[in-house]
Amino acid sequence: MSSDDDNVFRALADPTRRHLLDRLFERDGRTLTELESDLAMTRFGVMKHLRVLEEAGLVVTRRSGREKLHYLNPVPIRLIHDRWIDKYRERQVSALANLKSDLEETA
Amino acid sequence: MTTMTEQATQVYAVFIRATPEQVWDGITKPEFTTKYFFGTRIDSTLEPGAPYLSIAADGDQTLVEGEIIESDPPRILKHTWHPLFDPEQAEEPFSRVTWEIEPQDGGVTKLTVTHDQLEASPKTAASVGGGWSYVLSGLKTLLETGEPLASE
Repeated sequence: MSSDDDNVFRALADPTRRHLLDRLFERDGRTLTELESDLAMTRFGVMKHLRVLEEAGLVVTRRSGREKLHYLNPVPIRLIHDRWIDKYRERQVSALANLKSDLEETA
Repeated sequence: MTTMTEQATQVYAVFIRATPEQVWDGITKPEFTTKYFFGTRIDSTLEPGAPYLSIAADGDQTLVEGEIIESDPPRILKHTWHPLFDPEQAEEPFSRVTWEIEPQDGGVTKLTVTHDQLEASPKTAASVGGGWSYVLSGLKTLLETGEPLASE
């Protein structure tokens, strides 16, 4: 579990890779050529970033004829959310709820 | 807020510490699906041409209907998908769901869900994204821990 999370956090830690995910969020199923079009980076550089995203499970590729299409896979982010965000948000929400009831009692 | 364009092909994948057979059972047996698939139970003989039904846990209402296109345990399950739980989506045509199960190194199995043929079903396309993430996250937790995800 922890190594899965490590790969996802590592992949998300880079602004170019987050940009690539945002491009796929806008429109999914893109080719490498489309994805590199607005990046000031070599094709090889973009390929390297895509490979890191693929290894983290954030990007899944599918062949369509001669083209390789890249799809955003949101499931690892969902897993991070379930494991890391929900837990802490719950505490924060209950802290706010406690603050509200404390304030209302003293009012 | 940015909204996602409705995608006619959507791909969701998860790595699960389980065997392909366990993942297959998780997808095709109602005693599993009720624990992670919004409480619904699958009802299907899995024979090609047979109905694929997803039925509400608390009754006999069919929430999603479809037909089995291909069934090759424990590798691939392909069926059509037509939501009935929402009147707007029910007016749209059938789309298609493909479950692919691939063993990986180290006792891990990759499960990929491809939901496609959504070109004429924009409402369905817009609604399924969060659903598949939730379902696959829940299936992973169930198979790895034996416990369902805590309800939201």
